[in-house]
Amino acid sequence: MRSVAIQPVAERRLKNKTSFGQTLRHSLTMAYRGLLKIRRTPEQLFDVTLQPILFTLMFTYIFGGAISGDVISYLPVIIPGILVQTVITTSIVTGVQLREDMDKGVFDRFKSLPIARIAPLAGALLADTIRYTIATVLTFIMGYIMGYRPDGGLGNVVLAAILVIFCSWAISWIFAFFGVIARTASSVQGISMIVLFPLTFLSNAFVPVNTMPNWLQWFVNINPISHLVSAVRELVNSGTIGSDLGISLIGAAVIVAIFAPITVRAYMRRT
Amino acid sequence: MNTLRMKETASNHSQWAVEARGLVKTFGDNRAVDGVDLNVRAGSIYGVLGPNGAGKTTTIRMLATLLRPDAGSARIFGHDVVKESQIVRQLIGVTGQYASVDESLSATENLVIFSRLLGLGRAEAKKKAADLLEEFGLTEAAKRPLKNFSGGMRRRLDLAASLIAQPPLIFLDEPTTGLDPRTRAQMWETIRRLVNTGSTVLLTTQYLDEADQLADRIAVIDRGHVVAEGTVDELKASVGSSSLQLRVQDPQDSEGARRIIEQVLQVKSNATSEAGRITAPMKNADLVTDLLIALRTAGIHLSEMSVQKPTLDEVFLTITGHGVEASPAASESNKEEVVRV
Repeated sequence: MRSVAIQPVAERRLKNKTSFGQTLRHSLTMAYRGLLKIRRTPEQLFDVTLQPILFTLMFTYIFGGAISGDVISYLPVIIPGILVQTVITTSIVTGVQLREDMDKGVFDRFKSLPIARIAPLAGALLADTIRYTIATVLTFIMGYIMGYRPDGGLGNVVLAAILVIFCSWAISWIFAFFGVIARTASSVQGISMIVLFPLTFLSNAFVPVNTMPNWLQWFVNINPISHLVSAVRELVNSGTIGSDLGISLIGAAVIVAIFAPITVRAYMRRT
Repeated sequence: MNTLRMKETASNHSQWAVEARGLVKTFGDNRAVDGVDLNVRAGSIYGVLGPNGAGKTTTIRMLATLLRPDAGSARIFGHDVVKESQIVRQLIGVTGQYASVDESLSATENLVIFSRLLGLGRAEAKKKAADLLEEFGLTEAAKRPLKNFSGGMRRRLDLAASLIAQPPLIFLDEPTTGLDPRTRAQMWETIRRLVNTGSTVLLTTQYLDEADQLADRIAVIDRGHVVAEGTVDELKASVGSSSLQLRVQDPQDSEGARRIIEQVLQVKSNATSEAGRITAPMKNADLVTDLLIALRTAGIHLSEMSVQKPTLDEVFLTITGHGVEASPAASESNKEEVVRV
């Protein structure tokens, strides 16, 4: 060990607050850690690669004829729907992995470092956007292979992709919260599925709303997932931006505003 | 200049690296830490000695801002661990009982991430990681994933990670538990060098000889209380520098043997539950000759006799009046202790 004397306490410049810039930097470093982990264990990308391929194929060929008459005319309906459903389902894994990660000793070190308290969570969630991107790209590619040609053009497809990725990131805060408060990783999976299944299926993602009973239509129409699906459809199919886009963005912001603070607080309280 | 700085540090009361008053932490019905006071002078090695479940780890976790105390207060270099936790975190390094490094990443990646989090630039972080790995003899294993690391390598990496920011106070929670004797000696050497650079070290241990080797002062902790505190010599004096263990052939002679032992050694002896077995602290191992002569004169026959260094068991017996609680894990580690001594 080099005998460099350590700096005396009295000469250190100490601050009890973490600045916004530092918070951002810490979160990005934690995201970098997440990416390194993905690179070291690529098998954790199985779900985001297989699910879009499988679900897009299955749902399109099963429901296509029944709902829209034929597969080609069902594609503009189902591709945005399946996109939202797949990518948001992927965000459950964020909570599960966070739980597993937090059980490891390394999180003790993160807690003992003078870093922003939100950084380990924000970083993990940020790194997971790479997973959503993979799922998004694969869904569009599958659609393209099956003959889907979005009228909105490539620019709007990219915009829609960013919208879905952003909203999934926002929703992943809910699952991150479950991840922090749950005792085991499998219970995170369980709770998250119970929340997510009604939300994704009781929406306009797979079937037109007017085929449903009235009481169900009421729920489907207020379901934020429906608004996100509608926003994506408008963007990719006609290149227009409507109120659904605004509602989706506001919804996402509200989720982050509520769940990010309570998740961080629960994370701090857990030992 | 020098006097000025001394005045400044004095006003910051930073001659104390740790000042804890009445720390309490309760988990359900279990008062894991029940009113612990600790004062650790800056620049020293302080040992917290106790069996498993005594509250050592919980105490450290509270001092390291990982756990919020239920009652009491603690200051690190004069900064409150609850109110100024972010400042405290800039002054400490924590090496936990279980290596707090990322299993799925390599040693270099681990250190680079911690360095980046501590505000080092990309190039600086790489250099720091390489330097630390070399210092701790891990350069060859730098790129391997940690899954293939031995326990000793993991501990060293963990300690290296705690030293990135060169913190003036380092917490080491059972730094050598589970290490083989050679790796253990290396770890001790590293800890001593740390203090030479000006760091303060607070370590917990189950092993009296470890505290003996390293610590300037020791607190003995039991069931959440500090039951004894002092320098190593003071503590040893209360236990005796070695421990006499003997067994008489005829259990009837136990009482007589104890009387003679207490006469010759001038200490209190303990009869253990095992029939005819007696232990007693001894300040001077030479006295054993006098004792054996006295026993022969009295016609007491021995079946077994040994002189050992005191074990944690005896420290406890002497200080608390009861043995180490026989939780399976605790008795295991004490067995280890006896074998090692």
